[in-house]
Amino acid sequence: MLSILRTIWYVFLHSFQKRITVQYPEQKPYLAPRYRGRIILSRDPDGGERCVACNLCAVACPVGCIALQATEDKNGRRYPEFFRINFSRCIFCGYCEEACPTYAIQLTPDFEIGEFHRKNLVYEKEDLLINGPGKHPGYNFWQIAGVKIGGKDKGEAAHEAAPVDVHTLLP
Amino acid sequence: MTSPHPILSILGVAIVALSIAAFLIWVERRLLALWQDRYGPNRVGPFGLLQVAADSIKIFMKEDWIPPFVDRPVFILAPAIVFVTVLMSFAVLPVAPGIIVSDLSVGLLFFLAMSSLGVYSVVLAGWSSNNKYALLGGLRAAAQMLSYEVFMGLSLMGVVLLAGTFSLPAIVEAQRTIWFVIPQFPGFVLFLIAGLAETRRIPFDLPEAESELVAGYHSEYSGMKFGMFFVGEYMGVSLISAMISVLFFGGWLGPVLPGVVWFFLKMFSFIAFFVLVRAALPRPRFDQLMSWGWKVMLPLALINLLATGAAVLAWR
Amino acid sequence: MATVYVDNKACEMNPEENLLHGCLSHGFKLPYFCWHPALGSVGACRQCAVKQFKDDKDSQGKIVMSCMTPAAEGTRISIADPEVVAFRAGIIEGLMLNHPHDCPVCDEGGECHLQDMTVMTGHDYRRYEFEKRTFRNQDLGPLVNHEMNRCIQCYRCVRYYRDYAGGRDLNAFASRDQVFFGRSEDGVLENEFSGNLVEICPTGVFTDKTLKHHYARKWDQQFAPSVCVHCALGCNTDAGERYGSLRRIVNRYNHEINGYFLCDRGRFGYEFVNSEARLRQSVLKDRPTSAAAARQYLDQTVANGRVIGIGSPRASLESNFALRTLVGPDHFYSGIADHEAKLVGLMLEILRRGPMRTPTLRDIEESDVVLILGEDLTNVAPRMALSVRQSVRQQPMEAVKKLKVPLWLDHGVRDAMQDARGPLYIATPYRTRLDEVATATFRAAPDDLARFGFAIAHALDSSAPISHETSQDWLMAAAIARALKAAKKPLVISGTSCASEAVIQAAANVAMAANTALSFTAPECNTIGAALMGGNSLSAAFQAVKDGEADTVIILENDLYRRAPQAEVDSMLKAATHVIALDHLPNPTTEKAELLLPAGTFAESDGTFISSEGRVQRFLQVSAPQNEVMASWRWLKPDHWQSLDDVLRAMAKALPELDAACDAAPSSKFRIAGAKIPRSPLRESGRTAALVNINISEPKTPDDPDSALSFSMEGTPDQPPAALIPFFWSPNWNSIQAVNTYQKEVGGPLRGGDAGVRLFEPAPRNGQAYFSAIPRAFSPRQGAWLLVPMYHIFGSDELSLAAPGIRELATKPHVAVNSDEFAEGAEVEVNCAAGTFRLPVMIHREMPVGVAALSVGLSPLVGIQWPTWGKIARAK
Repeated sequence: MLSILRTIWYVFLHSFQKRITVQYPEQKPYLAPRYRGRIILSRDPDGGERCVACNLCAVACPVGCIALQATEDKNGRRYPEFFRINFSRCIFCGYCEEACPTYAIQLTPDFEIGEFHRKNLVYEKEDLLINGPGKHPGYNFWQIAGVKIGGKDKGEAAHEAAPVDVHTLLP
Repeated sequence: MTSPHPILSILGVAIVALSIAAFLIWVERRLLALWQDRYGPNRVGPFGLLQVAADSIKIFMKEDWIPPFVDRPVFILAPAIVFVTVLMSFAVLPVAPGIIVSDLSVGLLFFLAMSSLGVYSVVLAGWSSNNKYALLGGLRAAAQMLSYEVFMGLSLMGVVLLAGTFSLPAIVEAQRTIWFVIPQFPGFVLFLIAGLAETRRIPFDLPEAESELVAGYHSEYSGMKFGMFFVGEYMGVSLISAMISVLFFGGWLGPVLPGVVWFFLKMFSFIAFFVLVRAALPRPRFDQLMSWGWKVMLPLALINLLATGAAVLAWR
Repeated sequence: MATVYVDNKACEMNPEENLLHGCLSHGFKLPYFCWHPALGSVGACRQCAVKQFKDDKDSQGKIVMSCMTPAAEGTRISIADPEVVAFRAGIIEGLMLNHPHDCPVCDEGGECHLQDMTVMTGHDYRRYEFEKRTFRNQDLGPLVNHEMNRCIQCYRCVRYYRDYAGGRDLNAFASRDQVFFGRSEDGVLENEFSGNLVEICPTGVFTDKTLKHHYARKWDQQFAPSVCVHCALGCNTDAGERYGSLRRIVNRYNHEINGYFLCDRGRFGYEFVNSEARLRQSVLKDRPTSAAAARQYLDQTVANGRVIGIGSPRASLESNFALRTLVGPDHFYSGIADHEAKLVGLMLEILRRGPMRTPTLRDIEESDVVLILGEDLTNVAPRMALSVRQSVRQQPMEAVKKLKVPLWLDHGVRDAMQDARGPLYIATPYRTRLDEVATATFRAAPDDLARFGFAIAHALDSSAPISHETSQDWLMAAAIARALKAAKKPLVISGTSCASEAVIQAAANVAMAANTALSFTAPECNTIGAALMGGNSLSAAFQAVKDGEADTVIILENDLYRRAPQAEVDSMLKAATHVIALDHLPNPTTEKAELLLPAGTFAESDGTFISSEGRVQRFLQVSAPQNEVMASWRWLKPDHWQSLDDVLRAMAKALPELDAACDAAPSSKFRIAGAKIPRSPLRESGRTAALVNINISEPKTPDDPDSALSFSMEGTPDQPPAALIPFFWSPNWNSIQAVNTYQKEVGGPLRGGDAGVRLFEPAPRNGQAYFSAIPRAFSPRQGAWLLVPMYHIFGSDELSLAAPGIRELATKPHVAVNSDEFAEGAEVEVNCAAGTFRLPVMIHREMPVGVAALSVGLSPLVGIQWPTWGKIARAK
């Protein structure tokens, strides 16, 4: 009984405490670089699209707001034919970024993407792609992968020996 | 003693009661925010005061959806009942000398009767919704309100004994010497608790416990029908606060300031207290609620009545 | 059964098998690479190590390879022993040393056995920091992609390709850690079963090149159980779809039929479904029109005209039956070419009469003596050829058993067997791919093949008729007869490819005399079904139009120019006032149609086929159609048929012989614990943003009124009945190897029985008479050639020819003769009743003189009524 009164009293004392509300539009909060806001697609240091259309982001997405289709250029480099994020459904959980094996998909500290029409929240690849490597400068998936693409032959990737001559039987 | 202009008084009381209820939407949110270290609605108009208007427009514009599976006439009737019974209670409420719709000689009994009738609204809403959560909410409301009504009435009998009348203006006048809260302190506490329960306010909001029952008896309601439950609750809060000030704190009596001001001052203090309780206390379990009602509150009310009766007898 | 203790848990295992097989059958998570249920054990990868204990007191134990250790009574092993767990982790770390960082761009990713096994062993961090070995890839043709860097040297590919499928051009090269699997030079893989490398390879070295062009992960695809439409064997497949287009075909294990393997035509022929040329909208008088308008025009035309319907051997039973119902049984004409209808009718009569049993492909694999009469199996019924290839191992296997070598011990068996092969006799007009494993071959004209067959039958049972003309082949016939008599499980295979009734009758005589199983091939996926459906002959349809008995013709999924000579079809289509055609792809017949309705392929419709074995099987649509394409039976059905079940019910009532079609798969009401069977693998969310650019509100998942499958990932997690398995997946097993968890015992039948209902069970032997119409011996004619059909795996099938990969590999139409008159490759003119064709000539020295074989089914060699006589002359 007493505890109830004490509780009421303590709550009443809050009348004299400072408010913690941030008055948002006038007063902008600090957002950490790793804040999970608007999603972007980044590029390799050499300017190529980082996304290799592996579909991991789409399958990791708990709300299924990512859709893409893989395709390949004539040199074997895989990239998304289309890449679509429905931000009207995105919950900004960051699982896509976590799943991405090439650091292509990244969440940014920008959340001010409100729209009056939901359809305006559907972002295509052109809307998502930025001109830089984002949070991971220097990383280039294709320089680590074993497949051959234009400008990188077999054996030219990092930690790769020259291709084996299969016609030799020398030990 | 009845008001010289009955229509005017009725309209006046109805409008004031409704305005206060609407205003309370804003007051409660601001006060809750205050006690939770926030601001609450502060964007619409000065101090967010026009939030009331915005909310009203919204609730009037909302689709008034009647689900196909409900018992239609009862479903429509239920929110009207809560509205009507609470408004009726205001008829016997003395705001200041002469400012009353109808000074019934059994005003207090009329108030109790009306608040008992209010149960129907909740029970019928729960029943007619044809939804398990609504039904559970309705059942809880029935049990809770019936149980708490018993000692609500008994807790007021001390006041009646002291004042010797059921007429509310007379009860106020009887407090010229001393507010009944002093001799009737246990009665005041009991009435306060019963009042909270009657208005289904936290911590006694079990009939609509949203964490268990979605929205309880009004799960299926939307638009203005939901709005009527909502406004009905706030009017209930105002009514109980007003009744506390009338029955225990001398109503309009007070020095310097006019009676009306004193009345509203006291009433708003209790409304604020109601909000404070909401900000502070959690909801009990239903079995706890019932056992307090019957095993603690009712005996206390009876003892209070017995003691008061004995004292009055001995005094005379 | 032997009791084996696995981590002190008693398990009943098959003592004829090894421990790995037993452990997997019991659901233990034991990683492996080189072992495969169809290939046996070689103990190469060392991944399936377990610890074996002498007895329950032994706590030391020793590490053994579970695939190389028999599941003997009382064996005690441990999978969870820390030492052996560390051993397996070490092995996989070693295998992964050179594995490239490719998973995101690898087509195998998400359904990779190597990924699964790596996760199962717990190897999650690469400590190796040195240079990785790399290889150059080879171009292996349009079907299979090669990415050698990913190889873990398990040798499964060459073991399958060379030892199982009989290929020669894939081999292991170089030595030590540089072993390379490929061809000696770039080039198309020669074997017709090369597509199975995609599923055999535990990682992404061999992947499906057709899938690569429109790649989707397994988890993203929506699957449905299907039946291959590219030949009559009815191999079970699973078709995968994404964003409304068909992405690939994978094998759906059926113990009785295809087992683990498909042929390349079946696996890669699916691309005709995605063809640019596909008919996707109704066309009325050369103008696109709406489905409603088309249907209205159809109803109107049917109501006002004298209508006949022509069915199709490549359309489902349901579609044929819907047409039969629409036009009435008397006006329904079978869409099978006349000469073929006669042959198929004879085959059905033989199968119905008995007492020969029509074998499943598994039975064929287990046969110990096989006689093939007149069939080039590799090109007509490819998957059957693969089974026959296994059958020649049966007799040597008996010798191996005597040596007490366990049959799963692959190297042991092969060492014991050496080059020994069981008896396989092939009698055909021209050479076949299977000749290389045959004991003896016999080349003759169809009539002589029949006489040869009659002679064998007579040698087996003297009461069987024989011609009194002497034959020089008598000795060989007697030898075959002796082999068939001595066999435990003999088999005779024949069919329609020789276009000779006598050959079929001879085969039946042999089968009856030797009491063997008898397998017939058929030309198309539902030839048997269409024949059972009945209907008047195709020429009768032409006659009906010519006589004016009919003025409106409805043609169901059938290019009549492939069935009858061009002139006849032309005159018929001209004579008819209204021609209504339903088909998937444009063809010469659809060009002449007044109203053209887009018919769903196997991927867009539900239906039932009857295979050449007489197995009734259901295929289900993969995705809900997003345009006006729908199953032919939906176009033609009366209004009161709501779903497939209604069609089947009506069909069973009208044609009691086909009531098995109702049991081919559970009905649309079937549920497991109240839930449908999901078409899509389980994933985080069943939602998609695929269509939000068109409409931000995601459409409701479409209902499937026709089957017990749902168009989403929602539904039961339990194993569905075999006929309804859309894909193989179970926790920890994302690759196709998950099929292990669907079987009663690894490599055995699926739990709950395999898919399909057999229609013909052998009637008891009660004096069925031998056929006695022995043809006269073939004698070459002066200046004329007997033309016989020659089938090609890539080319003779109408639908797969529209798949770009198959089209690229398709044989060029040619004529094969044994003649000194022409030079190899020279252009000749072949002149026969069906027209004059200008073709290159191929010299086949083994062919009988006076017989010429023509590529069948390849334009312009269509519509020929076999066999026919023709003239061949040098082209001017």
